[in-house]
Amino acid sequence: MNTQENISHRPLRRVLVANRGAAAARVIRALRGLGIASIAVYSEADAGLPYLQEADLAIPIGPAQASLSYLDQENIIRVAVEAEADGIHPGYGFLSENADFAERVQAAGLCFIGPSPQWLRRLGHKTKARSFMASEGMPQAASSPVLPDDPAAIAAAADTIGFPVLIKPAGGGGGIGMLPAHDHTELATAWSKARSISQKSFGTAELYLEKLISAPRHVEFQVLADRYGGVRVLFERDCSVQRRHQKVIEEARAPAINEQVLERMSTMIAELLARIGYDVIGTVEMLYTPEAGFVFLEMNTRLQVEHAITEEITGIDIVTAQIRLAAGEPIDAVLPQPVTAQGHAIEARIYAEDPVRFLPSPGPLQTFTLPQGDGIRIETGYAQGCTVSPYYDPMIAKVIAWGEDRPTAIQRLRQALTEFDIRGIKTNIPFIIRVLDHDDFHACRIDTALSQRVLATPETQKETI
Amino acid sequence: MKSIESQVGGQIMSIDVSEGANVTAGQTLLVVESMKMEIPLEAEENGTIKTILVKLGDTVAEGQIVMEIE
Repeated sequence: MNTQENISHRPLRRVLVANRGAAAARVIRALRGLGIASIAVYSEADAGLPYLQEADLAIPIGPAQASLSYLDQENIIRVAVEAEADGIHPGYGFLSENADFAERVQAAGLCFIGPSPQWLRRLGHKTKARSFMASEGMPQAASSPVLPDDPAAIAAAADTIGFPVLIKPAGGGGGIGMLPAHDHTELATAWSKARSISQKSFGTAELYLEKLISAPRHVEFQVLADRYGGVRVLFERDCSVQRRHQKVIEEARAPAINEQVLERMSTMIAELLARIGYDVIGTVEMLYTPEAGFVFLEMNTRLQVEHAITEEITGIDIVTAQIRLAAGEPIDAVLPQPVTAQGHAIEARIYAEDPVRFLPSPGPLQTFTLPQGDGIRIETGYAQGCTVSPYYDPMIAKVIAWGEDRPTAIQRLRQALTEFDIRGIKTNIPFIIRVLDHDDFHACRIDTALSQRVLATPETQKETI
Repeated sequence: MKSIESQVGGQIMSIDVSEGANVTAGQTLLVVESMKMEIPLEAEENGTIKTILVKLGDTVAEGQIVMEIE
């Protein structure tokens, strides 16, 4: 019997949320809205976080180290089965794109609330994903296959592509272990560094090279799909403002790109994914330059951190849709036809880090007062008195601002950022405000090098002294 | 003698020198893992490592003295 067929037609009653922080809080809220019981899990470091009380049940799953708690597949599935869950929502990060985990969840008779494991497997490995997508007609930048750890082979591959190149972990994500190289010397040094990071972060040291496109925009397309070939693209997001290849500010829709160009890309993606039978949820990440147009970067086979800005412009609850689609509902029952976009939304990720050098700043949240206001939405897993531990991602909150137009959304976000009162740790809020105040940001001259331009402004240099 | 402090709170994931070692400015002394990042701690000046006050896997706080250099 086909396992997926078997699980895909029954409504969910009880779902375990295999995540923490803002992701877990968001999923628990969506489950409650659907009348589905939620089971939260937490590590020793996270006992006492506020969202655990929002869940119907909260179960400890081990020590602070993620490998012994949030990444312990066997234990999480065992806990889910014992708690009589019939589904697992993986959130984002952790096990959300792990094909083995998704298969094990299904083998245990539970619904994996995400795409079918085959898509996690095919699209989770970066170079396999690229060649697969290329074969389906997706535009691509020059890249190498996974390379052996052999200086001559690496140098030759870089020469074929042409410097500058970007070293990327094949099993990776979140910008971790991605290092640029402008010449052979830099390549050799960066390669061994990237190998060590990749091995540690992703359990594999597989690396490949890709042409470094200088100052592109990062534009991504939100996909929702059912299990029967119904695919919809819910517009795009611009996520160009990044530091260390991690997104800091995201907006929807992507400003200052020709509407027809966006529509063509969106239609192409919907047709491609429908043809291959992609299901449930995903995001197609692309790089965009006016000269080169769109090139495929990767596909994330999960819910994204920045899903909320798409929710704000479309009025669609993406997490709720994901759960219903995973449970087997058809797309036309889940989404209105057509989905329309209204106004503009911007999200800023608040990181526990120094705003100039971006060094992590874990510690106690002695004060943690959140802003309120028209069009302002905050997503967080923390509350005053909690401790931001060094074991996990530095994101402590997301602030989302909606406005009738882009200037209004920017102004509301800026106002909200000034109203945060966070003491006990450092945050990147001063950096975000500087980006929002930068002429290039206002003029939509946004690209992945904007953070560097912001840091190069005199105002910032003063603060580093 | 001068104290060397950790720039960040986290866990010691490698110690790249031993006591008595001569180090040069810019050399990596140890690496702290914090929030999924590896942050190298580099020597600010040339010198000799007198004492190492942490061991692999230790949790350190921001500003905690981890080594002494002369």
